Amino acid sequence: MQTNILVCGVGGQGIVLTSKLIAAAAMAHQIPVMSAETIGMAQKGGSVFSFLRLGDDLHCPMFPEHAADIIIGFEPAEAVRMLSYLKEGGSMVLNTYAIMPVTAALSGGSYHGEEMVTYLEKNVQHLVKIDGNAAARKLGSPKVLNMIMLGLAIRQNVIPFTIEDIEEAMRRTVKPQFAELNSRALRYE
Amino acid sequence: MHQEFLMGNAAIARGAIAAGLNLVCGYPGTPSTEVLETAAKNNDGGLYVEWSVNEKAAMELGAGAAYSGARSMVTMKQVGLNVASDPLMSLAYIGVRGGMVILVADDPGPISSQTEQDTRSFAAFSKLPCFDPSSVQEAYDMIQDAFAYSEQYHTPVLFRPTTRICHGYASITVKDPEEYYINKPEGFKKDSSRWVIFPRLSYQAHINIEARNVELQQVFSQYAHNRITPAADAECRKGIATHGVSAAYTAEALQGKDAPRLLQIATPFPFPEQLAVEFLRGLDEVLCIEELDPVIERELTYLCGKHHLNVRIRGKLTHDVKNAGENTVASVSENIAAFMGWTLPEAPVTDTPPALPVRPPVLCAGCPHRASFYAVKQAMKGKKTVFCGDIGCYTLGNAMPLDMVDTCLCMGAGVNITQGIGRIEPDTTCFAFVGDSTFFASAITGAVNAVYNQANMTLIVLDNSTTAMTGHQPHPGTGRTMMGQVVDKVSIEAVLKGVGVKTVETVNPLELEKAIHTVQRVAAEDGVKAIIFRSPCAVLIKPDAPSFINKESCLNCKRCLQLGCPGIILRDGKPEIERSLCTGCGLCAQVCTFKAISLGGEN
Repeated sequence: MQTNILVCGVGGQGIVLTSKLIAAAAMAHQIPVMSAETIGMAQKGGSVFSFLRLGDDLHCPMFPEHAADIIIGFEPAEAVRMLSYLKEGGSMVLNTYAIMPVTAALSGGSYHGEEMVTYLEKNVQHLVKIDGNAAARKLGSPKVLNMIMLGLAIRQNVIPFTIEDIEEAMRRTVKPQFAELNSRALRYE
Repeated sequence: MHQEFLMGNAAIARGAIAAGLNLVCGYPGTPSTEVLETAAKNNDGGLYVEWSVNEKAAMELGAGAAYSGARSMVTMKQVGLNVASDPLMSLAYIGVRGGMVILVADDPGPISSQTEQDTRSFAAFSKLPCFDPSSVQEAYDMIQDAFAYSEQYHTPVLFRPTTRICHGYASITVKDPEEYYINKPEGFKKDSSRWVIFPRLSYQAHINIEARNVELQQVFSQYAHNRITPAADAECRKGIATHGVSAAYTAEALQGKDAPRLLQIATPFPFPEQLAVEFLRGLDEVLCIEELDPVIERELTYLCGKHHLNVRIRGKLTHDVKNAGENTVASVSENIAAFMGWTLPEAPVTDTPPALPVRPPVLCAGCPHRASFYAVKQAMKGKKTVFCGDIGCYTLGNAMPLDMVDTCLCMGAGVNITQGIGRIEPDTTCFAFVGDSTFFASAITGAVNAVYNQANMTLIVLDNSTTAMTGHQPHPGTGRTMMGQVVDKVSIEAVLKGVGVKTVETVNPLELEKAIHTVQRVAAEDGVKAIIFRSPCAVLIKPDAPSFINKESCLNCKRCLQLGCPGIILRDGKPEIERSLCTGCGLCAQVCTFKAISLGGEN
């Protein structure tokens, strides 16, 4: 039994930590895990993705197209960019808040994300949307966007862990003064 | 033994420590950097760790330690090996006493490099044994073997993972500290007949190297990580030869199918000849799936000739596999399907997605390099100029609208290229831009060259007090070492003055007007002069409150957009501050003609 997970968005949104927490939960359950992500010339503002695989007989962290059980999309255009990795009938949780690239600003482009969300509504069977940035603001910190997205993904019952499993991994990773806020973000509905 | 979830580079460092590592040094470079950083983090006090000033310095330091019986490791990216190739080629003849592993990370794609060179080919050129792991677990296991072979054969060895191994993570089995090998160096023993290279010694060493490599071909034919997997169907007369992460892609592509005979090569040099011949016998056709150079393909083609085997070898040279860029599970699946005569399932038909915004790498919001480039651009408006760039974050100054990098070649090249252009076009005002870490690594000789040969140029040192591109490593100008010491900073001003640059001015580029005037004044002087733009990397300092654009004062001239800052976006046709990115650096406020941008949040 394998689970393939793809986390994608824009550099600075906390994508790598999201993937790390799922991996930590897998380690705690003695489930073999592999992951791969963009590193290098993609600091803040670049397209960032993380491939994550759980289960037996893993060969490499990068899975082929049409193989992801779930995509955690932190940004609408980035979710569309990686949609071909989602398997037929797969799930997606989506942050509908669009991040305009600097190139769009220069060329006077009009990217706002709505067209991406509409496209995903048409082409993803199990799509769960949230304005993650508004949710994070409500909770008091833009930094908890990744926990909101991760909590939402866990509740889709595709990733074989509970919120408590992730919470345990999170408490081992983040500074104690942020643990309580992150716990609330994981449970945000 | 226990399980840990480790990045490939961390696994390499941990494996080296388990193999009794005494000293590790290197120069940062994606995708190799985390090897040394992990070693430093896991230093129990018995390990010496340093970021050397460049790869050549590191190679020589590592050699000295291995002469003294230490187990040493030197880390770099593939282009770093070019810098270190002078000591490497001679060291191959001299050899070592303790185990010495030269960790060189290759970058198929390339994802963040200038070239797609293959260190396996460098291994053949330098005649040094080479290890090529195919997974994170194999990287952990094989680095320990690499030390053992190095010590046994008194030769440095190359260890070359690629980006997907370096930056891939996996849960792997690692040793407990009680299981670690402990190496106690005996110290350097004087013997000029061994350690001083002379033509007569090199002649004898060459004979010994050739004999050793023939022996290693046999030894490596027995090495467990070089392996043949029999075909699922014994009648199948096709085979696949592969290596590195492509071996993992191949396994992925063959899942649930009748796999042909497989050959996996973990030591591309010396090539395990006996094993390869055993693989070839009885086959009609072999597909070689490789990244970068067709190393295995050439070896197998050669062996077919040598052993009179009638096997058709296919791969990059026969255009069955693409000859540039990295492989993927998809590309390997296609290559194998074409070779085996299989049909792949058709991709499900989906609607055409809307046009996607591109997100090319840009200088961060608040990056002081943006201010430096903008200041030079404004100061030189209307003049015939050339701006020679270099390797680092500031290469991104080439992007529109800044458009301030006319050339970029390799570390330290800009300072010399600008001199060459100036010799042919004396009416051009010549600039070279170099970062602080790159300055120390390889631009000082260029500065000396300019002074000695009476060049007419301005050297701009972009000093953000870190090695930013590779993830903020310290360097000689930062006053910190990887052993945790706080030391005297090496002064860039003093170095430049010391080599004879008469005008050396230091200015904060975020004080825009002052910066522009400094450039105008200094560039007008004859000879070699330098400006140091000093302001810390925006990622490392606590940001100020975001700036704010007053909608009434803004006349929508879009001048602020000419900075190319990701912190300024266009919403409904008008510039707006993206508050999640803006660091409040104040550059746009200084650029705005109508004083519509104010600092410190909404007011």
